[in-house]
Amino acid sequence: MTVHLSLLLWLPAIGGLLGALLGRRLAGWAAVGGAVLALTYAIVAVIRFKSGGGLQFVTDRTWITALGTHWKLGLDGLNLFLVLLTTVVFTACTLWASFKEWDRPALFFFWMGLAHSAVLGALLAQDLLVFALFFDLMLVPFLFLTGIFGGEDRVSAVIRLFIYTLVGSLLMLAAAIATAVLSSGDQHISFVFSDIAARGGLSNGSQDWIFLCFAAAFLIKMPAFPFHGWMPAGYLNMPMPALAAFSGVLSKVAAYGFIRICLPFFPHASQHYQTLLLLIALASVLYGSAMAFTTTNTRLVLGFSSVAQLGFIVLGIFSLRPEGIQGALLQAVNHGIVVAPAFFLVALLAARAGGSEDMRDMGGAAFRAPVLAALFLVVALASLAMPGSSNFAGEFLILLGVFRAKIVIAIVAFTGVAMASVYMLRMFIRTTHNRVGPRMDSREITLRDGFVLVPLVLAILAFAIYPQVALHRSESSVKAVAIR
Amino acid sequence: MIATALHGPHIDWAGLSPLVALLGGATIVLIGGLMRARFAREVIVPLLTVAAFGAAIGLGIWQWDHSKSLVAGALRADDLTIAMTWIFCVAGIGAVGLSWRGLAPREAAHGEYHALLLTAAAGMVVLAGSQNLVTVFLGYELLSIPLYVLCATEMRRRSSLESGLKYLIVGSVGSATLLYGLAMIYGATGTTDFAGIARALGTKNLGGDALMLTGIALSLVGIAFKASVAPFHQWTPDVYEGAPTPITAFMAVATKAAAMAIALRFFNTALVTSQPDWAPAMAALAAVTIIVGNVGAIGQSSLKRLLAWSSVAQAGYMLGGVVVSSQLGVKATVFYLAVYLTMNMAAFAVVVARERETGLGDDIASVEGIGATRPWLAWPLTLAMLGLAGIPATAGFIGKVYLIDALVDGGYTWLGVLIVVGSMISLAYYLRVIAAMWMRPGREPQPVLAGGALDAPVEEPAASRRAGFETIAIAALFGAATLFFGIVPGPLFDLTGHVGRSLGLL
Repeated sequence: MTVHLSLLLWLPAIGGLLGALLGRRLAGWAAVGGAVLALTYAIVAVIRFKSGGGLQFVTDRTWITALGTHWKLGLDGLNLFLVLLTTVVFTACTLWASFKEWDRPALFFFWMGLAHSAVLGALLAQDLLVFALFFDLMLVPFLFLTGIFGGEDRVSAVIRLFIYTLVGSLLMLAAAIATAVLSSGDQHISFVFSDIAARGGLSNGSQDWIFLCFAAAFLIKMPAFPFHGWMPAGYLNMPMPALAAFSGVLSKVAAYGFIRICLPFFPHASQHYQTLLLLIALASVLYGSAMAFTTTNTRLVLGFSSVAQLGFIVLGIFSLRPEGIQGALLQAVNHGIVVAPAFFLVALLAARAGGSEDMRDMGGAAFRAPVLAALFLVVALASLAMPGSSNFAGEFLILLGVFRAKIVIAIVAFTGVAMASVYMLRMFIRTTHNRVGPRMDSREITLRDGFVLVPLVLAILAFAIYPQVALHRSESSVKAVAIR
Repeated sequence: MIATALHGPHIDWAGLSPLVALLGGATIVLIGGLMRARFAREVIVPLLTVAAFGAAIGLGIWQWDHSKSLVAGALRADDLTIAMTWIFCVAGIGAVGLSWRGLAPREAAHGEYHALLLTAAAGMVVLAGSQNLVTVFLGYELLSIPLYVLCATEMRRRSSLESGLKYLIVGSVGSATLLYGLAMIYGATGTTDFAGIARALGTKNLGGDALMLTGIALSLVGIAFKASVAPFHQWTPDVYEGAPTPITAFMAVATKAAAMAIALRFFNTALVTSQPDWAPAMAALAAVTIIVGNVGAIGQSSLKRLLAWSSVAQAGYMLGGVVVSSQLGVKATVFYLAVYLTMNMAAFAVVVARERETGLGDDIASVEGIGATRPWLAWPLTLAMLGLAGIPATAGFIGKVYLIDALVDGGYTWLGVLIVVGSMISLAYYLRVIAAMWMRPGREPQPVLAGGALDAPVEEPAASRRAGFETIAIAALFGAATLFFGIVPGPLFDLTGHVGRSLGLL
C-alpha cells in the first residue's frame, strides 16, 4: 500500500470545509476529524518510510504545462518528521480550539483546517512554485484567524504581520520564478526540484540575489532578529490555538526552506553568505534570550524564546555541515512539540490569573495544581535543553556543527544555551511557584485540557528517549544537501 | 471610384460576424428602446443586449483558430481579436446585469444606454483587431465616444456629469496625441499598414529617425491615456468615481483590455523590429505606473477610487508583457487580462450591491461587517482583493507568476521584481478592505435622508434598495471564477496558448 500524499495534504482542509458547511455545532468536530485523520495518515507514512530510500510516496502530475510546474509531492528524510510535527501540533490546536467557545465557529475551523493543509503543502511540495504557493497561502488563514478572533489590537497587529511576512514571501516568489527560468536555459521551463537540481548551475551572480530574496522570506517568517518587528504585536493578539500552531509549525517551514531550497540550489551563495547568516542567527539567539528574560508577558517570553530557538536552528543549518543540519532538523521538531504545549499551559495559567498573561499576576499555581505544574516542568526542562531531552541532542549537534565550521561563533552561541535555562526557569518559577499571585485562583487542569496536553507531553518524553528515530531517517537526505 | 465599387474588397462576413452582432445588436436595441411598454424597455432591451453580447461570444467560438485578414487587411480576426472580444463581451454582460436595477439606464433611457454599451464594445473589437493606423484611430474613437456619454448617464448627479466631461476632455487630448503620433509614423514609413510599417522599419533603417521615434512616443502616450498608464492616469480616479458603477466596471475591465490589445498588436507586430528603441521607455512607464498606482491607492476611502488606482497599478503590471515583445509576453498579458476581468467584475458587483443596500455610496464603510451579515457578498470581494494583491489560490497569483515569468525570460528581471514590490505596497490597501469586511462590526443600514446633500441620488423606489439577485449572482460567479482559475488555470492557459501564436512572435 502506498501513501497518497495529496489525500494527507487535503484531509484537514476538507474537514474544515465540511465543518463550515455543517454549521456551528458540528464545525469543531468535523475539523478535529479531518486533523486526526491526517495525523493517523502521517503516522502510517512514518512507519512505512524506508530510511535512506530517497524521495518516497511521490505524487507527480503536470499542473500547468505552460509554466512547467508539477503537482509533485514527496516525503524524504528532510520533511518526514516536520510533516508529523505539523499534524501533531495542528491536531492538538484544533482539539484545544474545539473545547472553546467561538463567536463564529464555522469560520474559525474552516481557516484552521486550511492553515493545516497549507503548511503540509509547503512541506510536501517537490516543486518550487507549489512550495511558494503554499508558503504564501499558509499566511492567509492566520490573517482571518487573528483579525476576526484575536485580541484587542488585532486589526493593526494582523495587517502588520501580514504585510511584513508577505513582503518576504513575494520577494521569494520573484526569486523562485527567476530560479526556474534561469536554470532552464534553452530547455522548457521547469519548477520541479529534481529538474532544477539536475539542470544545475545558476551563475554565481544570479545565485547571490536570488539567495538573498529567499533568505529574506525565511528570516522574516521565523522571525529572526532584526526581522521580528511583526512578532510582539502579532503574538499578543493571536487567538491561543492559532498562535500555538503558528509558533510551533510555521516558523519551521522557513527553516525547512533553507535546507530544502537554499543549500542545494544555491551552494555558492550559501557559502558566500554563510558568515552573514551565522551572525544574524547569533544575534537572534542573543537578542531573543535577552528579551525573553526581561519581559513579563508570558506569551512574549515564549515568542522571544522562539526567536532564540530559531536562531539556533539557523546556526545549525549554516554550519553547512551534516551534523549541524541534522541538529537543526531535530531541533525544529523539538521546538514545535515543546512550544505548542507551552502556549496551552500559558493559556491555562492566564485563565487562573483572571485573564492576565503577565507573570507578575501569576505565581503559586503549583500548590493547588500539581499536575499542571508537573506538565509545565517537563515542557520547561525540555525547552531549556536539559541533558536527556531531545532538545539537548539537537542543540548538541548544532553546536558541534558550528564548532567545526566557525569556532568563535560557536563559543558565543554557548551562552545562548545558558540563557535559555534562565528565562525558562524564570517563567516556570514565577508562574507556578513563588508567592501566590494577587489575582491567582489556582485549580487543577480539567480532563479536557489533559486530553490535549498529556499526549503532547508524552510525545516530548518519547522523543527524548528515542531521538535517533528521527536522526536515522533523516541522515541520508541531510548528507545529500550538506555542502562539503 | 466606380472601379473600386465594382471590384470592392472581398468582405469575409464570417470573420466580421462578432462585430456585426455587436453593431447590429446596437441598432436593434436602440429601436427597441423606443417601444412604449415599460416591460419592453426595462426587460426586453437589456435581454436583447445580453443576447447580442452572447451572439458575439458564440460567433467568436465559431471563428476561433481561423485567423483571417478582413476588409482589405484593415482588420484581423485572429485568436487575439477573438479572445479580446470575449473579454469585452463578458464585461459587457456583467455591466448590463449590474445596471439592471440601476439608475443610469432609467435616466438615460434604456435603448440609448444599452446601444452605447454595445457600440463601445464594437469599437473595442475594431481596436483590438486593427491592422492599419486608420483602423486604430477608428476603433479608438468608436470606443471612446460612447463611453464619454455613458459616464454622464446619471445625469441628475453632478459627479456623473463631471465624470463624463472630464473623460471627454482628457480623452480628446489622448485621441489627438494618438492621431498626431500615427500621422508621424505614416510620414516616416509612408504606409499605414502594420505589415508595411514593419517592413519599412526593417529596410529603411529608421532606428534613429526622429520623426519615427516621435511618432512612436506620441502614439504610446495616446494608448497610455486609454490604459491609464502613469503619468497619463490623472483622469482615472475622478472618472471612475463619478461614472455609474456598472459603467466604471465596464471601463475598468474592457477599456483597459482594448488598450492593452492594441498595445500588443501595434508594438509587438508593427514596431517589433524597433523594440530596443521603445522597450526601455515603455518599461520605465510601466515602472512609474506600478509605483504611482499603488501609492495612490493607499488611503483612499472610496472603493471606486481605490479600484481606480489599483487599475492604474494593474495596467503597469500588464504593460510589462508588452515590453518584452515575446510570445510569452503576449500570453501573459492576455492571461492577466482575463484574470483581471474576473477579479474586477466581482469587486465592482459588490460595490454596486452595497451602494444600493446602504446609504453610504461607495465608501469603504459600506462593506464594514459584511463578513458576518452578507457572506455572499463578502466572499467574492475577499477573493477579488486577495486576487488583485496576488495571493496564492486565486487567479491573480497565477497571472502575476506568468507575467514575471515572461519578464525574467525577456531580460527584464528588474521589472518583475518591481511587480512584486508593487504587490507588497498594494497589500496596504487591499487588506484594509478585507479588514473592513471581516474585522469590523457592521453598521446599521442608514436610511437615505430626504432632502440630504445635493449630490445624493434622487429618491428611489423601495424595490431598488435591495441589491438584487443578479448583482449577487455576478459577484458570486466572478468570485468563484477567481478562485477556480487560481486552482485550475489549465483552460485559460490553453486559450492564451493559441493567442500567443497569433502574432507570429518567437
